[in-house]
Amino acid sequence: MVVVNSIENGIVIDHIRVGNGLKVLEKLGIDTTKNTVALIMNASSGKHERKDIIKIENSEWIDLTALGLLDHTATVNIIQNHVITKKIKLSLPERVVDVIKCKNPRCVTSVEPSIPHIFHLVDPKTEEYRCEYCDEIIKV
Amino acid sequence: MADLLGRNLLEPGDFSAEELAGLFDLADVIADAPADFDRRAVGKILATLFFEPSTRTRLSFEAAMLRLGGQVIGFSEAGSSSAMKGESIADTVRTVACYSDIIAMRHPKEGSARIGAIHSNVPLINAGDGGHHHPTQTLTDMLTIRRKMGRLDNLTIGLAGDLKFGRTVHSLINAMKIYPNIKFVLMSPEELKVPDFVKYDIQSGNGSTFVETTDMQGAMKELDILYMTRVQRERFFNEEDYIRLKDRYILDNDKMSYAKEDMIVLHPLPRVNEIAVEVDSDPRAVYFEQAKNGMFVRMALILSLLGIE
Repeated sequence: MVVVNSIENGIVIDHIRVGNGLKVLEKLGIDTTKNTVALIMNASSGKHERKDIIKIENSEWIDLTALGLLDHTATVNIIQNHVITKKIKLSLPERVVDVIKCKNPRCVTSVEPSIPHIFHLVDPKTEEYRCEYCDEIIKV
Repeated sequence: MADLLGRNLLEPGDFSAEELAGLFDLADVIADAPADFDRRAVGKILATLFFEPSTRTRLSFEAAMLRLGGQVIGFSEAGSSSAMKGESIADTVRTVACYSDIIAMRHPKEGSARIGAIHSNVPLINAGDGGHHHPTQTLTDMLTIRRKMGRLDNLTIGLAGDLKFGRTVHSLINAMKIYPNIKFVLMSPEELKVPDFVKYDIQSGNGSTFVETTDMQGAMKELDILYMTRVQRERFFNEEDYIRLKDRYILDNDKMSYAKEDMIVLHPLPRVNEIAVEVDSDPRAVYFEQAKNGMFVRMALILSLLGIE
């Protein structure tokens, strides 16, 4: 069994959908040269469940909007002096800016420089977002 | 019409039913006596920014402004604009807003009008943004429906042809969904069905519903309005797809024989071959009258956005 120590101060992203951990790490832009980071893949969770976990030492902030979009089933634990001081449950964000890009080749975002890529949640059940500009529906 | 002063029109849903009713009332007054309005916009300048070729929409806007006594500046293709030099939409609009009182903009990219509106400090009218929306065509369609049918509610509206890239279709649905008891009959080949966002639009309406079918003849008898569209060559990346799909829905006298006596046929024009010329003499074919209404409703829109009584 692989043993990863608990962290004294920092953030633990727990219950990441199994197989999704590396993507979350990359997309959140967590600086692995600055912080000590542990990515635990396919860890046991409950009796039959599996999950990924990311531990970031000495970090106080992550982009919860982006994380909510990437994996809203995950939970975020804030650790201080080895103790969980705050537990954050994620949900799909209503509005996301510059996290995903519109896939419609006819969308103005494909040609206009320096404009934010903005999406609005259409339906949390279907996990679909609508592009602010062209209305293209994207399933995340 | 003070409610619309300084506003933009990016999609038909930008205006409430009451605001639209006021606009159509004004368009009716203009249509009855256009000469009474020929000095209303003296000293005002409309800028027509057409990054994509257009004949009737641009001419309709220009005719509308000239008939109001105003003046027009602009360009009619991207090649004669600073877009060729790589200027962004934002910068072009920001600059032109310094020269004009109101802007009508057409651009091939979807959502371009929203970018323009963000950067304009004068009212901006979307004159077509790719396959997305074409709200002044919709105002034209709605004014024609109201003048011909006497109402905008309790209607079964058939839409045929290119429902995927047909921005006039998307805009008409977006506008008509707010009226009670509207049923849309969507007739298209599988490859040209309406995008999902349009279906969401219908579902968010005032009890509006839709059915999809490939059988145009079978659907004709229940329609109050038939909205024909052209399969647009310029929306296809692949010429073969265009050739395969362009002749799938053609309205002729035989199909018209299945329709109600008081049904009306609309078309945003230009027509290629999707309506046989023989249909033109049918009194239910109102697409040329529709074009004239387009100018009147644009006159009403310009006056309203400029806050001119």
